[in-house]
Amino acid sequence: MSDETKSPSPQPEGEKPSADKIAGGISSGTPPPGGAKPPAPPEKPAAAAGATPPKPAAPGEKPAAAAAPAKPAAPAKPAGPTPQPWDSPLVAKLTRQFGSGIQPLTYLGQNYLQVDRSLIPTILQMLRDEEQFDYCVDITAVHYPKREKQFDIVWILYSFSKNERVRLKTQIADGEHIPTAVPIWAAANWLERETFDMFGIQFDGHPDLKRILLPDGWKGHPLRKDYGIIQQDQEWVQINLGIESGQ
Amino acid sequence: MTDPNSSVSHLDLEESKKTFLDANELVINMGPQHPATHGVLRVILRLDGEKVMGLECVIGYLHRGVEKIAEHRTYTMFNPYVDRMDYVAAVSNGLGYCEAVEKLLNIEAPPRANYIRVILTELNRLASHQLWLGTHALDIGAMTPLFYTFRDREEILKIFEKYCGARLTTHAFRIGGCQYETYEGFEKDVKKFLTFVAPKIDEYEELLTTNRIWVERTKKVGTISAKDCIALGVTGPVLRASGVKWDLRKAQPYAAYKQFDFEIPTGQNGDTYDRYLVRMAEMRQSLRIIQQAVDAIPEGPIMAKVSKVIKPPVGEIYHSIEAPKGELGYFIVSDGSTQPYRVRVRPPSFVNLQALDLMCRGQLVADVIAVIGTLDIVLGEVDR
Repeated sequence: MSDETKSPSPQPEGEKPSADKIAGGISSGTPPPGGAKPPAPPEKPAAAAGATPPKPAAPGEKPAAAAAPAKPAAPAKPAGPTPQPWDSPLVAKLTRQFGSGIQPLTYLGQNYLQVDRSLIPTILQMLRDEEQFDYCVDITAVHYPKREKQFDIVWILYSFSKNERVRLKTQIADGEHIPTAVPIWAAANWLERETFDMFGIQFDGHPDLKRILLPDGWKGHPLRKDYGIIQQDQEWVQINLGIESGQ
Repeated sequence: MTDPNSSVSHLDLEESKKTFLDANELVINMGPQHPATHGVLRVILRLDGEKVMGLECVIGYLHRGVEKIAEHRTYTMFNPYVDRMDYVAAVSNGLGYCEAVEKLLNIEAPPRANYIRVILTELNRLASHQLWLGTHALDIGAMTPLFYTFRDREEILKIFEKYCGARLTTHAFRIGGCQYETYEGFEKDVKKFLTFVAPKIDEYEELLTTNRIWVERTKKVGTISAKDCIALGVTGPVLRASGVKWDLRKAQPYAAYKQFDFEIPTGQNGDTYDRYLVRMAEMRQSLRIIQQAVDAIPEGPIMAKVSKVIKPPVGEIYHSIEAPKGELGYFIVSDGSTQPYRVRVRPPSFVNLQALDLMCRGQLVADVIAVIGTLDIVLGEVDR
């Protein structure tokens, strides 16, 4: 992995002295793309030093860069599957109705729709009433802390009559609320409670949104990426379990 | 000290402010330590005399943070963890996870591995149903089937032990196929087991199916209609006993199930007695599948070509299988690294347990025990 990330990045100066080493004597007259001759002499001893066991800092890039000229670039990986646009009568109907608010895609044979947050209760209702997606398989969320809209809410629906499964995804920001699916599928009750428990996502209109797997007084939402793996609500543990150390 | 049971039940607690003699409804706790709740399940019952007006399940006593752990383990390292969720049917859990990751990697296990997977999964289904029968009958009061089913289940566990070294949490499969080749005498053992267990299933039926006490305790108890099942997302034998003929092994076949000829037993009334009959019939269908599979195991490799370091491309996948308890699904999100970004397990017992409230309304307290048993929940899976 280090080859792939590092070999495109080393500065032209990094590549130059190694080209010298490998070519064994091509004079530093080969004009480096950006640098002038002066960088060459100080680079050489560094390159020589870098040829010995790789040091962490910049000189460490030189052995990687030294390996790079042996192969043209990082070995080209065969392009893996990517999400493809999905076309079907269902999609045609949804695009007619919702226009650009939805993005139908398919990946590895599984169809999913990326929808706008504003369409959510309407499209879920429509899928159950008109398209017979009467079975709500799962509701969950994924947390991407580096994104502006941090949470991906996922609904997985199945239709018995069509034997078809579809996924709906929407993106919401931290603190944003989302309407509940409980009036549409009763199964959503506990599924949304668990999503709230683990991620802190509020579902508006849920009859009984409280924690389900964690104790009621617990602070924090564990499946968020900023919650540590051995982190726990020390206060709750000390008060309720009497374990002073918290472990 | 703060009261750990400070969960305010959504049930009406105004009643408890009146005196004991005024109260029309009694709120009783069927605590997490209870011999008949199949694990640590707390049920808060609202009773009128002995009739159940409503109930609320409090779960989470066995929550171990499996989904969080998954984000800090590589794909292969996470494999043993999935066994521990539904510890009764560990092989099924492993199958679901391995197949989900294989789908994400866009590879397929070789045919021989698929046949071995089917045989072990169906043996596991049989073992799970036997355990269900023993404990369910015990809860209702019939103590004999427990001994019979556990004695016969031993044979299955012996086969597992000879195959992969463990009886219960087997870690039988690997991503890409099976790691172990079938041991010397595997087919012989399985065939011997099939002839051994078929009359035993008849024995269980003889004890219970036409037994007057059994019929009285289970007929019309915990009825749920097909419409309610579908709305609540209930799957598995519970759904089939309500009349919906749906099984993921037939609807969306995985492993080698397409090659086998078997039926999907269904019931009509959706009560406890029908669920019992459906599971007994499923045991027989499992024997049928195992017979066909063991007669036709193809030769070949048991492991697909998978790199040592499993790094699926960026993407997400949802794959589900028909576990003995219902639809067990895995939603895996990969970010291109060696560790999954998110693993979501869709546990059948968790979703089925939601239906407990609806199924117990208007029934007696003793029926609540029967219904918990008939839903066949495993708290390891409910709580993860």
